[in-house]
This record gives sequence, C-alpha cells and structure tokens, in this order.
Amino acid sequence: MITKRIIACLDVSGGRVVKGVQFVDIIDAGDPATQAARHAREGADEIVLLDITATHEGRSTLLDTVRRTARELFVPFCVGGGIGSADDAAQVFEAGADKVSVNSAALKDPALIDAIGRSFGAQAVVVAIDARRDPQAADPVRDAQVFVQGGRKLTGRRAVEWAREAEARGAGEILLTSMDSDGMRTGFDCELTAAVSEAVNIPVIASGGAGTVEHFVDVFGRGKADAALAASIFHFGVSSARSLKEELAKAGVSVRLPC
Amino acid sequence: MRVTVIDYKAGNLTSVLKALRHLSAEAIVTDGDLALVETAERIVLPGVGHFAATERLDATGLTAAIRAAIARGVPFLGICVGMQWLYAGSSEAPEQPGLGHFAESCTRFPEGQEKVPHVGWNSLEVRSNSRLLAGVEPGEHVYFTHSFKAPVSADTAAITHYIEPFAAAVERGNVMGTQFHPEKSGATGLKILGNFLRWKGTE
Repeated sequence: MITKRIIACLDVSGGRVVKGVQFVDIIDAGDPATQAARHAREGADEIVLLDITATHEGRSTLLDTVRRTARELFVPFCVGGGIGSADDAAQVFEAGADKVSVNSAALKDPALIDAIGRSFGAQAVVVAIDARRDPQAADPVRDAQVFVQGGRKLTGRRAVEWAREAEARGAGEILLTSMDSDGMRTGFDCELTAAVSEAVNIPVIASGGAGTVEHFVDVFGRGKADAALAASIFHFGVSSARSLKEELAKAGVSVRLPC
Repeated sequence: MRVTVIDYKAGNLTSVLKALRHLSAEAIVTDGDLALVETAERIVLPGVGHFAATERLDATGLTAAIRAAIARGVPFLGICVGMQWLYAGSSEAPEQPGLGHFAESCTRFPEGQEKVPHVGWNSLEVRSNSRLLAGVEPGEHVYFTHSFKAPVSADTAAITHYIEPFAAAVERGNVMGTQFHPEKSGATGLKILGNFLRWKGTE
C-alpha cells in the first residue's frame, strides 16, 4: 500500500538551516547536511532544502550545500529557491538533487516547467505554490491567490488554475504552502489542499501550519494530501519523523516506519 | 567491484553513482564506449524519463553490446525505465522496441481510481527465491515514481499493489530489474544494491 510521505523541510540561508515564522524571525538551526541525515535516519521520506534568501552571489554556497547534503543521503532530495532557468536546475541536479522546486521563476515564465521536465523528466519538477485565501472571491478557497516573494507580491494567478497549468506543462508534483497557516502551528489549510489535490492528477504536498500529529492526520484525510511538509515541528527536538509516524500509524494513516 | 553504468541521456545519474560508490563499487559511466560494455563485470542501466529515450541505446550500438554481455552471463540491473526496457516494449513509446529479454510489455496504470503517476514509498511482496531482494523483510518500503509498469509474470521477483498488482522487481538468471529506485530507498535500497553487487553470477 502506498504510504503518506512526511517530508522534512530545511530552510537554508548562507549554508545554514534557518526557519522563519511567517517568513520573519529567523533562527539558526544548524548544518544542513547533518540535519538532513538525521531526518532521513529518523524516518523522513524525503528532504526538501529551500534556499530562502536565494541570490545570484549565493549560488556557489547553495551548490556546495546541496553537494554536501546529498553525499550521504539515500532518500529523495528536492532543492528549491532561486532556480530561475533550466541551467540553474541542471547545476542543482549535478550537485546531487533528485528534484527541483520552482516557484516565482515559473510564474514569470511558465515554459520553465516544460523545459526542466523535458531535460530531467516530470518526476524531477516540483512546482511550489504559495497561496492565501481570497475572502473577496466567489470561492475563497479555489480562487486562493498565488503570491511570490515570501507572500509580499500578488501574481494575479489563482491556486487551482495555476496548479492545473503546472501539471499540463509537465510538473511532477505540487508543493502547496498556505500563507495563512505558515508558521502558525494551528494546522494545515485542509480545504485549500483538498481543492488543489482534487483538481490535479499529480501528488500534492501540503505545507504550512503543522503543529501537532492531529494536523497531519487531518491533512492526509480531509485535505487529501499525498505528502506533508514539516519544518519547525522537527527542529530543536520538538518531534522526530519517527515519533510523528508512530503516532500517525496509531491513528490509522499508512506510513513507512523506519527500520 | 567494477560496475559499468549506462548513460542514455534520459536524466540524472548522480544518485545511482553516489549509491554504488557508497557501497564501495567502482562505478564507471559510458554513453557509447562499447569497450566498457564488452569488458564489463556488471552493468547497471538506470532510468528516469521517457521510454522513447532508450532509442539512444539502439543508435549507439549499446543495445547489441548489452545483449551480448547478458548472453555472456554478466550480471545486469535495470532501474525504473531501465527495467521496463528489458521487456518487449512499452505503450509509452509503441514504436520503440525494448530488449525483449522478458516477453511481456509495459503499460500505463489505468486512470480514474488513484493518481497517476505512482509516487512515493510502497511495500514489496517478495518471492522467496529472489537473490536481488534477499533479506528484505515484510514492512520494508521502497521509493517509486512512474506511470508505466510491467505486468506480474513468472519472472516477477516482487509484487507491489497500486491500483492493481504490478512487477516491482524482475529477475531471471543474471538479469534483474527494479521498478522502484533502490538508490533513493534508504537502507532497504542500499541492501538491494548490495545484493546485486555481491551476487557472483553463478548461482
């Protein structure tokens, strides 16, 4: 039976793991390679590394971080942040990533999704969508607005239609972050996640809002998520993938328990 | 242990090379140097991407060289599309023949029940005589990402269920294949790659 994936997310900046609460209040949480290896050992099904302050100058630092992190990592490894071209993606793959996550560059030029998919396969392209419900819209959930620049800039795109376009262009997965929930630890936006998951035929990774085990049970059930991202919940020994998964198994969620 | 890894430009080989080298194998890559296939001790054909990309194997003469190596008894492991290529073909690219080592053909998962592609960690029902999957216990999971799959047959070494049962691994003589990605399947995957690397090819 296919299991629900728990994905450990490491937000990195300048070669260090950081985590923002609603994208501010950055706290240092260690070395990416060490953290990734620990999460994988404890049963994380996948590692996502997001370069949250991606700059052109920081590219070589990021590639070095990816290379160091990938070296002893034998679970799927996705890298995002600042990937603006198929060449950027190629460098990240070369450094050891299995997937890249694209966000603002794909919104600016959707053909980037097609280009990376053509060269590396759809399984290697994750389209990240940062969305916030639109209380003004006829359907505030389906018409959630897509933002870039950490939630500061509106794109004019709507979450469900953008996810559909991404799939049609060859995205392999959608990483959906609820900007309303992110960093709040009050639970995932299950309605938003379900709306996107039902609209596409590719896996949807839910992100933003994890605080308790029940939040994960909820997003895998009501939210119809195929995978869920957890960042801050894993840091500082709050919880491990292992204990999270043991609790999920008890709650009847199909998960892979680490051997 | 030396392993010749075939590059047919269908995707990224980094993960496979990294896992083989982690297991102390000397992995060498060829995208058309037939001598490296003719003298190969072991061959791995990775694969991500489209079945049509295997056309490059025919164009470069690699198909014929691999067929000869297999006939000599060289241990061979195909991964994902690399496993599918061992069959007669795939409906993903009907005009492109596979190696035909296994007589069946690969088809797409039926639509309408679950998402296609099948992405994530799933379990294996291992046939007891599998050498490739020796030591894999019930409850261990491996990582899949694919939309096409091979049918269950007499040569199936492990079955996985997604929408319907399909061949998660295949094995006959010196020819083995995994639909899943052992290089991305944690400790279980490394155990499976280790089995391939240690197999003497004479049992």
